[in-house]
Amino acid sequence: MAEKKATRAAYGEALAELGAKYPQLVVLDADLSAATMTGAFAKAFPERFFDCGIAEANMTGIAAGMATAGLKPFTNTFAIFAAGRAYEQVRNSIAYPGMNVTVVGSHGGPSVGEDGATHQMMEDLALMRAVPGMTVVNPCDAYEMRQAVEALILHEGPAYLRMCRYASETVTDAIPGYQFALGKGVVLREGGDLSIVATGITVQMALAAAEALAAEGISARVIDIHTVKPLDEELILRAAEETGAVLTVEEASVIGGLGGAVAEFLGEHRPVPVLRHGVPDAFGRSGTAAQVLDYFGLNPAGIAEKARRLLKLK
Amino acid sequence: MRMTTKELAITATKARLLILEGVHAAKAGHPGGSLSCVDALTTLYFDEMDVDPAAPRKAERDRFVLSKGHCAPALYAVLALRGFFPTEDMKLLRSIKAHYSGHPDMAHVPGVDMSTGSLGQGISAAVGMALAAKTTKAGWRTYAILGDGEIEEGQVWEAFMAAAKWKLDNLCAFIDVNGLQIDGATANVMPSEPLDKKMEAFNWNVLTVDGHDYEAIRAALKTVRETKGKPTVILMKTTKGKGVSYMENQAGWHGKAPNDEQYEQAVKELNARLAELEG
Repeated sequence: MAEKKATRAAYGEALAELGAKYPQLVVLDADLSAATMTGAFAKAFPERFFDCGIAEANMTGIAAGMATAGLKPFTNTFAIFAAGRAYEQVRNSIAYPGMNVTVVGSHGGPSVGEDGATHQMMEDLALMRAVPGMTVVNPCDAYEMRQAVEALILHEGPAYLRMCRYASETVTDAIPGYQFALGKGVVLREGGDLSIVATGITVQMALAAAEALAAEGISARVIDIHTVKPLDEELILRAAEETGAVLTVEEASVIGGLGGAVAEFLGEHRPVPVLRHGVPDAFGRSGTAAQVLDYFGLNPAGIAEKARRLLKLK
Repeated sequence: MRMTTKELAITATKARLLILEGVHAAKAGHPGGSLSCVDALTTLYFDEMDVDPAAPRKAERDRFVLSKGHCAPALYAVLALRGFFPTEDMKLLRSIKAHYSGHPDMAHVPGVDMSTGSLGQGISAAVGMALAAKTTKAGWRTYAILGDGEIEEGQVWEAFMAAAKWKLDNLCAFIDVNGLQIDGATANVMPSEPLDKKMEAFNWNVLTVDGHDYEAIRAALKTVRETKGKPTVILMKTTKGKGVSYMENQAGWHGKAPNDEQYEQAVKELNARLAELEG
């Protein structure tokens, strides 16, 4: 059994590990270092850690300024503030001038749980994806996250990295010689009846759903799309051609995120039935993470149910 | 000192002519605030900052952020006069034929250190630049100009707090206190005074100058360089529309281009001033 770890925990470890290798890396936080897991980096590299206080707009602008001088800033706060409150700073101060900054939004999606609707960021993938030139990354597990962090340090340009609070089991470490590459999706399970294209912690749910569907004689391909933008169009196109139906799954709004990206792309290039599974056009609510995920059907049973519906559209 | 006071006055007058030329050609733009801050900009670029038009992005240069980005005509005029691009390009202000956008674009215009325009954001970037210089132990300095209307944005005060936290004595912010914004007097739209006391309370070194007095600006900048452990703000009292009689102290000229007749009059007035200075 693989380890169970939140992607934010792996992120914090990766930052602290990579700090020595990349002297240009600077880390900014907005009074949430215990939650965003930047504390280990702060301890190891205090001269390159900047706590900006509860002022996300300013933190975002400071990162832009630091990037102009050749540093590589990672800004850290909850997704709701990173992509929501500071949206326009990300757009105008980071993305428009093409700054080499990674904006990290932790605690994305309904799996935030108890804090409720104000802190459950559903639309970050949609908002960040709509910004010209942004790379949008949402790793599914700790193993993938470690590699994603290094890839983003080396990436030149604006990027958004989403992570979440919910601990999920590691699956990508089971792939022999797994090499994370920005913009390249990963086929985790082969299948011919439909493709389940998932991102973030819903990848593990999709794998469990595929297992349940297999017991019913349905063969589902499972694809991990850790990079929502740029979308791995080649892989999505192949999935549509070979399986004839695509189900997208994300712990985010069905409007404009992975589901939006896949539906837009396939609608223009290879129209096949597509269903988008995720948070509907709704705010979240309090509850344990599992309860809130269940509330939105973000679990293997919910995904399998959508898959059955999708097959009827073929 | 790299320029005499008279040379600064002549250069700033030429910059005013270019501002008017650009805004008139574009039939749009922001002359009022451009004219109020152009004396400070001229002093910075011709007397204070270490910049090289032949190597606009060299690492060891002083930085400037026009946080009140709508006054791009003033920045472009001064950069052109300083040699970053031809002064003839002012005719291309806001034109689809070039990249002299309505607000400064660092990706395309040589000499522009930060893309700005959305008020309140530039000062944060300036704080980031000064912090980067401290972090990398570099000696270059960062300057910024904000509008007195702009400081109504809350982000500005977040940035002011941060600059004091990190003791950014390599950062100098000007606030262009011309007293007017689009909807009228700042005192009516959203009172911000007493600015000196507010900035002192935010742990900044506070200097107040006449923003059209080159000697005073120069002296303030000398004090800035000598100040340790604190960022400095220069509150400069200015006249919106300064140098063009019918624009002075008129909020209506915040974001409006002169028509042909008005443009001719402005050119006449500024050329007369130039002749007087050069005479």
